[in-house]
Amino acid sequence: MNLRPRIIPVILLHRQGVYKTKNFKNPSYIGDPLNIVKIFNDKEVDELILLDIEASSKSKDPDYKSLYDIAGEAFMPIAYGGGINRLDQVEELFKTGIEKIILNSVLLNDLNIVEKLVAIYGSQSIVANIDYKTSFFRTRVYFYGGRQKTNFHPLEWAVKLAECGVGEIMLNSFSREGTSIGYDLDMLKKVVDSVKVPVIISGGAGSVLDFQSAFQNGASGMAAGSMFVYKQPHRAVLISYPERTEIDKISYR
Amino acid sequence: MICIVDYKIGNSRSIQNMVHRSGYDAVISNKHDDIKNAKSLILPGVGHFARSMELLDEFDLINLLNDEVILRKKKILGICLGMQMMTRHSEEGDCMGLGWVEASTVKFKNEEGMDIRIPHMGWNSVDFVQSGPITNDMPEYSRFYFVHSYYVQCERPKDVLAYSQHGKKIVSAFQKDNIIGVQFHPEKSHKYGLTLIRNFCNLHESKA
Repeated sequence: MNLRPRIIPVILLHRQGVYKTKNFKNPSYIGDPLNIVKIFNDKEVDELILLDIEASSKSKDPDYKSLYDIAGEAFMPIAYGGGINRLDQVEELFKTGIEKIILNSVLLNDLNIVEKLVAIYGSQSIVANIDYKTSFFRTRVYFYGGRQKTNFHPLEWAVKLAECGVGEIMLNSFSREGTSIGYDLDMLKKVVDSVKVPVIISGGAGSVLDFQSAFQNGASGMAAGSMFVYKQPHRAVLISYPERTEIDKISYR
Repeated sequence: MICIVDYKIGNSRSIQNMVHRSGYDAVISNKHDDIKNAKSLILPGVGHFARSMELLDEFDLINLLNDEVILRKKKILGICLGMQMMTRHSEEGDCMGLGWVEASTVKFKNEEGMDIRIPHMGWNSVDFVQSGPITNDMPEYSRFYFVHSYYVQCERPKDVLAYSQHGKKIVSAFQKDNIIGVQFHPEKSHKYGLTLIRNFCNLHESKA
């Protein structure tokens, strides 16, 4: 097994700036996207995920202009999610220079879009994000940034999405987002054991040890937001990324 | 001038940025004159094999590319699907390719004793088995970004430039005379990709 663990900073886009949320609420300003991407270039990050936190709930088109500028600066792969529900948007998105698109809310009503996109762009370009949270001891998938609850369990939804042909699944625990308490490894394990596509885990990373345990539990990619934009203990803004030597230590041990 | 062949899918812009960063000029185009006048070509590709061949045909590029690459021996770099399209056939859409290299493109499968995730997605090592101008100054411990569900099988071992490992040994780069293909994405592989792109541009270009 020679594929290396992918450590992926998640950048939340909002009003042409980069923000960070906690439990997907209270966006606070981090900085200018181009500057942040330049810093991540210098640090040779494995990959970047860009999420527009408003596009879907406000039914806005993706901000192509910003993405065009960002993709032009980035020398690592970029996946974008937020507000994607039509084929013409996807065509526009790939023109900006990004590599992958992340689907989420559209899948609730239009699962067929996956098949259509795969036939044009190949499954490797299509990521499906699953937002979920647990309340009253029931874990359920949510759409539209947590506003719409469904009766699906994340595992059942992941299996369904993999059957539809998505190339990758991103598993995002709402309850852990921005908390640094560690990933939801139980859910990760269940999903990894049930699908054959790569799985990215998101929500809760606080240290390189969390990456290690997620990787051991079968994650292909480990996404994190807060960890790469804040410096503890006072959560001052500081863009960081683990040293390559630290990442290279992550293994199946 | 390098021409990045534009058939409307593929991340041509990222490739253009990397070429610029390596100190050369590149144009993204499907105009016949641009392709004819270019000193070398890049065939990008992020997409579905059969659909991409169809698009090459729609833009009336197949005969032109054959002339430039086979008859005029113009240097060309195929990236990812661009590499696969240089082979004779792909299982993706059961479709004929350009057939420039004695090779075919097949789907990753979990064979006995293998436990791999498909697509092959992420950073992997690339083991260059031949050295040449294209591998000059490659930094140690180089790693490249891969994202693909199909891979190339070469019929002639002497065409293989590099192997990588994903469940089994796969061809991650080939070269047959003026034709070079890489399965990974040099345009998204930091300094390692930059080195490779610069080496390719160096083959036939004078600095912009």
